[in-house]
Amino acid sequence: MKAIVNVYLKQGVLDPQGKAAHHALGSLGFKGINDVRIGKQIVLDVDSSVTSEMIKEMCETLLANTVIEDYDFELKP
Amino acid sequence: MNVAILRFPGTNCEFDTEYAFEKLGHTTQIIWHNDKALPENVDLVVVPGGFSYGDYLRSGSIARFAPVMQEVSKFAANGGKVLGICNGFQILTEAGLLPGALKRNTNLHFISKYQHLKVVSTDNSFLNKCQKDEVIHIPIAHADGNYYVDNEDLTKMKENGQILLKYCDPNGKEKSINGSVESIAGVCNETKNVFGLMPHPERAIELLLGSDDGVKMLKGFES
Repeated sequence: MKAIVNVYLKQGVLDPQGKAAHHALGSLGFKGINDVRIGKQIVLDVDSSVTSEMIKEMCETLLANTVIEDYDFELKP
Repeated sequence: MNVAILRFPGTNCEFDTEYAFEKLGHTTQIIWHNDKALPENVDLVVVPGGFSYGDYLRSGSIARFAPVMQEVSKFAANGGKVLGICNGFQILTEAGLLPGALKRNTNLHFISKYQHLKVVSTDNSFLNKCQKDEVIHIPIAHADGNYYVDNEDLTKMKENGQILLKYCDPNGKEKSINGSVESIAGVCNETKNVFGLMPHPERAIELLLGSDDGVKMLKGFES
């Protein structure tokens, strides 16, 4: 099984990398972009004993810093 | 004073820190991250700068789980004094020993230069030898120094005198350097025994090298 975890800065917390990419896309002439947020995707290869609760605990403990980051994840067979 | 200086894989300021405290006449000991105990009679634990665990995942996020950090948490909970410099500050926020978090600098650059700082609070065992509103000049060197804390915590920290240092210009006017909330460069915890700052006082202890403003900062722990 794969656990696919996405971590990104919370709404309201300025994302300097997203802002730079947004600016660069605008400079390149791409129109209609309201906002860019850059996060990271963490892919865990796990066996079937790993539950959603365990993934949540991993996110809260290590994978995300919940002071500034939100996360979501899905478990895929 | 007995100073314990932690070393993780990737730490690179432990010898500067050792040099600074020994120059001030203190006994130092470098402690490996896998150690399961701090030496007895430690007066101050310093978490020095560097790139612990390559800054992987987030700066300080892996180091906080090192065995020695469990001991540092206990030491701090019992009122022991802890100082985190640069990467050490990041480790202490990740460990929850200090409020807030440190993000990538707004301009995305690694900033390495001498920087003016304004002393905000002196009512603590770190900056008691500095004057309030005094402007000091010491080096900074970081990519993730953009301090974030939410408004609620910021208000509490201000009321409790937990904001220690702010980036400023030579005249003491606050200046945004890396995007930090209210230009904050250093903070302490509620009980004022855990301190963290991005600038490097241990690199400013010889006039020959540009500044000795770090001396009065580190000497604060003597009293």
